Amino acid sequence: MILRWDVLAAIIGMALVTYLCRAGGYAVLRAVRPPPFIDAMLRNLPGPIFVAYVSLALDRIGPAGVFGTAAVILVQWKTKNLSVSILAGVGAVWLWQAMV
Amino acid sequence: MSDAAPRHPVVFTRVGIWRGARVALPLWIGMLPFGLVVGVISAGKGLSLLETLLMSGIVYAGAAQLLALEMWTDPTPVLAVILAAGVVNIRMAPMGAALSPWLDKLRGWQLWGSLATLVDHSFALSMAEQRAGGRDAGFLLGMGLSLWVAWMAASAAGHVLGGAVQLPAGHPLYFGGIAAFSALLVPLWRGPGRDLAPWALAGAVALAAQHLGVAPPLPLLAGALSGAALAAWRETR
Repeated sequence: MILRWDVLAAIIGMALVTYLCRAGGYAVLRAVRPPPFIDAMLRNLPGPIFVAYVSLALDRIGPAGVFGTAAVILVQWKTKNLSVSILAGVGAVWLWQAMV
Repeated sequence: MSDAAPRHPVVFTRVGIWRGARVALPLWIGMLPFGLVVGVISAGKGLSLLETLLMSGIVYAGAAQLLALEMWTDPTPVLAVILAAGVVNIRMAPMGAALSPWLDKLRGWQLWGSLATLVDHSFALSMAEQRAGGRDAGFLLGMGLSLWVAWMAASAAGHVLGGAVQLPAGHPLYFGGIAAFSALLVPLWRGPGRDLAPWALAGAVALAAQHLGVAPPLPLLAGALSGAALAAWRETR
């Protein structure tokens, strides 16, 4: 098992920066109470952040991805079961690639 | 708005941690292909199994690890990969802040330890849980720990299997990660009146920025923040 010092330094640095990102936003908020507008933005952040994620990914993947995401949303809405909907999405993309 | 205001005191229990861990199990499917890829690429870049597991274990951020590994050489470009991790992970700063209705009631290791396990999936489902009236903040830590186990197992498997599991680019399994994010949108949806316009704006701004050639992660941040700002403006005007 090798552990090189330069690799170790890079990994520890990445971990520290990542922890600062995870905890830093909250630490600032704990020290300074935000104005109502910022507070409302934070409460409304989850939907937009995941919509932006998925849109950017679908833009790169193309129609197969759009078909897959439509299948995921339909199945998740009907079944409320995450594993079934994720598998349905992977299956839909596979189906699309097999047909096109 | 009342959807984030605790009606009952926030607690942090073992039951909540277990519930979070169980709710996260289906999401393992979305994580496995991603973790496998990180393990395979780590092996390809000459990282040992120990180094790979150390990175997955204490960085625990898939997109940041992938980007850093893309630029990995021997000797390691230490500052460049640290910077890459910061650029990709800055999106998590507002997530911790958004979870404050739970986090404000925690102290010590419960607070700073829960934040250490924060990932996209645990954020989305914890917000949905919070909006549904969930008051057990252990849920967040339980999800984070459960997904961490999947992440470690998948990176280790990817590293050990190495070239043997090389899936072609565009293989449907890679869609598992995006499928998980798509599924997470459903519990976050509160109806067209509140969410349609902000969500549409978020997608449009992100896509416009990407097509204008703006470098990641700015299209993501611009989309997310503009959608949240529109929703906030409609709530507070």
